[in-house]
Amino acid sequence: MLNFLNRTDMEENTKPMTAPETEEEYFINMGPQHPSTHGVLRLLVSLQGEIVKRLDPHLGYIHRGIEKMCEKDTYIQIIHLTDRMDYLSAHMNNEAVCLLVEDALEIEVPERVKYIRTIMAELQRLNSHQLWWATMGMDLGALTTFFYGLRDREKILDIFEETCGGRLLLSYNTPGGVMYDIHPNFQKRVKEFIKYFKERLPEYDQLLTGNVIFQERTKGIGRLTREEAVNYGVTGPSGRGSGFSCDIRKKFPYSAYPYVDFKEILGVDGDALSRYKVRMEEMWESMHIIEQLIDNIPEGPYTAKMKAVLKLPAGEYFQRVETARGELGVYVISDGNKTPYRMKFRSPNMCNLSALDHISRGAKIADLVAIGASFDFVIPDIDR
Amino acid sequence: MKDHWLYDFTSLTAGIEAWLQETFTPFWAIAWEMVIIGLVFLIFYAVTGLILVYAERRVCAFMQNRLGPNRVGPWGLLQTIADFIKLLMKELVKIKEADKFLFNLAPFIVIIASFMAIAAIPFAKGLHAIDFNIGVFYVMAVSSMGVVGILLAGWSSNNKYSLIGAIRSGAQIVSYELSVGLALLSVVIFSGTLQFSEIVESQADAWWIFKGHIPAVISFVIFLIAATAETNRGPFDLAEAESELTAGYHTEYSGIKFAFFFLAEYMNMFIVASIAATVFLGGWMPLHFWGFDAFNRVMDYIPPVVWYMGKTAFVIFLMMWFKWTFPRLRIDQLLTLEWKYLLPINLVNTVLIAFLTMMKWHF
Repeated sequence: MLNFLNRTDMEENTKPMTAPETEEEYFINMGPQHPSTHGVLRLLVSLQGEIVKRLDPHLGYIHRGIEKMCEKDTYIQIIHLTDRMDYLSAHMNNEAVCLLVEDALEIEVPERVKYIRTIMAELQRLNSHQLWWATMGMDLGALTTFFYGLRDREKILDIFEETCGGRLLLSYNTPGGVMYDIHPNFQKRVKEFIKYFKERLPEYDQLLTGNVIFQERTKGIGRLTREEAVNYGVTGPSGRGSGFSCDIRKKFPYSAYPYVDFKEILGVDGDALSRYKVRMEEMWESMHIIEQLIDNIPEGPYTAKMKAVLKLPAGEYFQRVETARGELGVYVISDGNKTPYRMKFRSPNMCNLSALDHISRGAKIADLVAIGASFDFVIPDIDR
Repeated sequence: MKDHWLYDFTSLTAGIEAWLQETFTPFWAIAWEMVIIGLVFLIFYAVTGLILVYAERRVCAFMQNRLGPNRVGPWGLLQTIADFIKLLMKELVKIKEADKFLFNLAPFIVIIASFMAIAAIPFAKGLHAIDFNIGVFYVMAVSSMGVVGILLAGWSSNNKYSLIGAIRSGAQIVSYELSVGLALLSVVIFSGTLQFSEIVESQADAWWIFKGHIPAVISFVIFLIAATAETNRGPFDLAEAESELTAGYHTEYSGIKFAFFFLAEYMNMFIVASIAATVFLGGWMPLHFWGFDAFNRVMDYIPPVVWYMGKTAFVIFLMMWFKWTFPRLRIDQLLTLEWKYLLPINLVNTVLIAFLTMMKWHF
């Protein structure tokens, strides 16, 4: 039974970390320049020997004020800003804004667009998980995984490049459809990639998953219960690792997700290994989704007829999508102008980070790195 | 053929010594010997370090779907030399509030420890700087001095990451010293001597890893694990733990001082591999089997130095192989592995070997 109001588990030592409390305690700064924070995240960690007593994430090192900038930009311009939040889920971020605008203007997008968007989103998810796997191994000291992950990721980036010119930041979505039609080679290359990657994914398991040191390093580390995941708002593969069924693709299907059959992967233990396994399984599911769609892309226009200037009717709008890291919510208050009055992103990484202090108490420094890797943080998404 | 200097260095080395003794007074003869040996080792040290760095970069590159260094010189052979020149020219960063004397001393202790250890290693028949009758013990003793340097480096850097790395390294080396010692003890029991040259001679008919049944294999595996831990290499590189402690104990070092740590790590790997090769794999002894006379004769034609280098290279490759494949252990797992698994297995194994030797059941 979920108890959303029970917050006792969070009432630990929540005093601000200003100075060490005891003689044995000492502070170290992990970041903003640190190999395992994958960006400019600064964790002020209180240690006793090797054991983490508490930690305090200090944010803002890559804050660009994207939400404020959005208030000056038109909706089409906003899409290009969302790329820069969670850069590994650029396509899904774009999609969230596009879906919101289409919903507000009551535009029916062509079926072809839905298919293309979904395939691209799943490719993006695959690419993001590959990079996560690569860096997870690297954080745990197995440097070879990094090159295996990036080798396969390159193939997806090549497909992206051929489709829309961008490799990392796609900006392929536009309200009402996509920027251009897919490349004639698109279907062939995606199918080739799926065939290729199905042979490669078992290699990932051989290299890392089955390794006894890896299992020991992640099993029982950073345990997050289902209730805690709900309370902290931990979503995406990290939340599902704790058994929190939070897949927006299943709960509130959008684009072509209602047409496809796929499983929502749920973990049981809620530890780092569980989160790891959820992501590994999700890669199989993503490939399964792409396989169902790739041969059935309907003919038709690649974009709906749109006005040159989009003005959302006055009111509040909310749209959410499942990015590679969890639930991305976009909230817009419009006063009827071509720019939003206020824009707010509910970014998955921000909420996932909030659980870090709680679950890493009592862990070792090495565990903290493993936990951080299992959450798959993208720092620009935390700061925005 | 056996008299050729390639197969027996005794005449060459003894000849040089006799000539020195004839030409100079005994004091100056010893002094000249020291200078010659020092120079030879210095050159050997530099060359081996460069080769090992290049080899590691190439080996790990091939394991990681890359090419590795292939631009400077033929097949990138000059890359490490270029890197070394870069390290030489780099600024030595002065750390505020650091203990300057200990900070400067630490790299030298680390490198001196590995220098001293290499002196006792027999490269071929008659090719060793000094043939102690307590060779195994001596190598154990001087190689564990390196940890003092690491501890000093961590302490004097005035950096918490360095300190954590140094303390980790201390705990690690103190623990794994036991396993290294016990694993070497097994062959000492078998051969009944602490002298490296005699241990090698005792493997003339077959190597100890074949002669000593399964206990010798267990000893070899334990030695490999423990020695990797002693040299602070992956998956036991907790002292540096790049993703946790940025660079561990040598975070604050730059330029040539960092190069000293770097070189010492590779030379320690070389020393450990050559001890494994000497003690378990027959050192410079060719591969011999009882009864296969023709085979043994053919093997004899390969010079001992080649045998020695080949075996060492093999062990080094093993160490590189698992460094680039395995994730890093956590500090408590590292200590658990030693105290709860390796040490009890090793103790039982040692008793077993003592029993085997007593009953003369080994070959």
